[in-house]
Amino acid sequence: MNFDPSIILNNAGAIWSAFMMTVYTWLVGSALGLVAGFVLAALMLFGGTPLRLVLRGVIELVRGTPFLVILFLVYYGGPAFGIRLGAITAGVLCIAGYSSVYFAEIFRSGFASVPRGQLEAGECLGLSRLQLLWRVQLPQMLVLITPAIVNMLTILCKETAVLSIITVPELTAVLTGIGTRTFTFIETLLVLCIAYLLLVELTSRLGRVLERRVGAYLQR
Amino acid sequence: MFDWPTFVFSLPLLAQALLITLQTSLLGNVIGFAIAVGIASMQLAGRPLLRRLGGSYIFVFRGVPLLVQLLVIYYLAPMLGAPNLSPMVAAIMALSLCSGAYIAEILRGGLMAIPPGQREAAHLLGMSRAAILLRIELPQAVQSTLPSLVNELVLLIKASALVSVVGLADLTRVAQNLAASDYLFFQHYLVLAGIYCLINIPLTMFGRGLERHLQRSLA
Repeated sequence: MNFDPSIILNNAGAIWSAFMMTVYTWLVGSALGLVAGFVLAALMLFGGTPLRLVLRGVIELVRGTPFLVILFLVYYGGPAFGIRLGAITAGVLCIAGYSSVYFAEIFRSGFASVPRGQLEAGECLGLSRLQLLWRVQLPQMLVLITPAIVNMLTILCKETAVLSIITVPELTAVLTGIGTRTFTFIETLLVLCIAYLLLVELTSRLGRVLERRVGAYLQR
Repeated sequence: MFDWPTFVFSLPLLAQALLITLQTSLLGNVIGFAIAVGIASMQLAGRPLLRRLGGSYIFVFRGVPLLVQLLVIYYLAPMLGAPNLSPMVAAIMALSLCSGAYIAEILRGGLMAIPPGQREAAHLLGMSRAAILLRIELPQAVQSTLPSLVNELVLLIKASALVSVVGLADLTRVAQNLAASDYLFFQHYLVLAGIYCLINIPLTMFGRGLERHLQRSLA
């Protein structure tokens, strides 16, 4: 067993672009997922009972299915319906779709945590539905949901490793590729682990700062 | 669109694969629980070194994707002199090491909620530390965290789809092989998703029921 760091240095360019690919699929996918999750939660809340039951069912189905299987369904199953996506697009969309149901649940619990009396009081004061959402519900629920969202973001960061299976050239795919080509598993896998640890740790640190920021008005 | 004869033909193969999936995830969960008991008690121990070690374990195994852990175990074990691992052993190792870190975090919460007076009383009655952990603290911690533990099992069953990567013939792998042989990708993966849902949705509902039950009994 020997350790040869030159293999990492020689491939630094490829590893860097793989790192950027991981960050890209992760952040774009999560951002889309957050938006979709918010819309889902709002539809469940204001869309009436039949729509709520349908969405509830969809959410349960997505939550019961492994991410890898969703990825296969979209990437390999899509062409049966004429939907041909590139690996990267399919990956980003799957991260977005998969995370949207979890984000929807987080937003829903956030909405539910704001006391009904406050909404009634706001209505009596003549606030519109949108004003209520933006100025009464959102600031309060942000305090409660920020930790859950940050936690979900770290989970999604790790989930992007699965995209390597459908050949997205992200960290896991590129580094294991270098490893198998040059038989340097120790070096490449070590760098791979460190890269993910770095991303996850950085996210949770930023999350803690954010938690303090959104909760600042409570301390006053 | 949906080819029924193919579906019927694939059922016995999928049933066999389901057993492999359940076997790996359940074994992973049980061994992971044992690891978690060790890690959680290390974290709650008095010695800083033990705490540090327990913390590092959780940091590493929760910070690295399961797929990467699986690849590390599968590729690196032979290089470090261990004999070639069978896919089954590598899969169970990865699942239990990883779930150990997550379950440890859950158990730690449960253990911390137990009033310290109980431990002191048991100590005065002459119980050993191991006996206190196993017979007094752990049963209560498990009871109070059961919904989270069930949730963790669901996550692990879903995560076990990744073991198909190291060549274990689990549900996902068998569905992949079926799809590769007749190009009915969408159908096979839809059935695959359905089977995972059939296991996971009832389990999730069971977990929610437990949570309600627990809240009622505490209220």
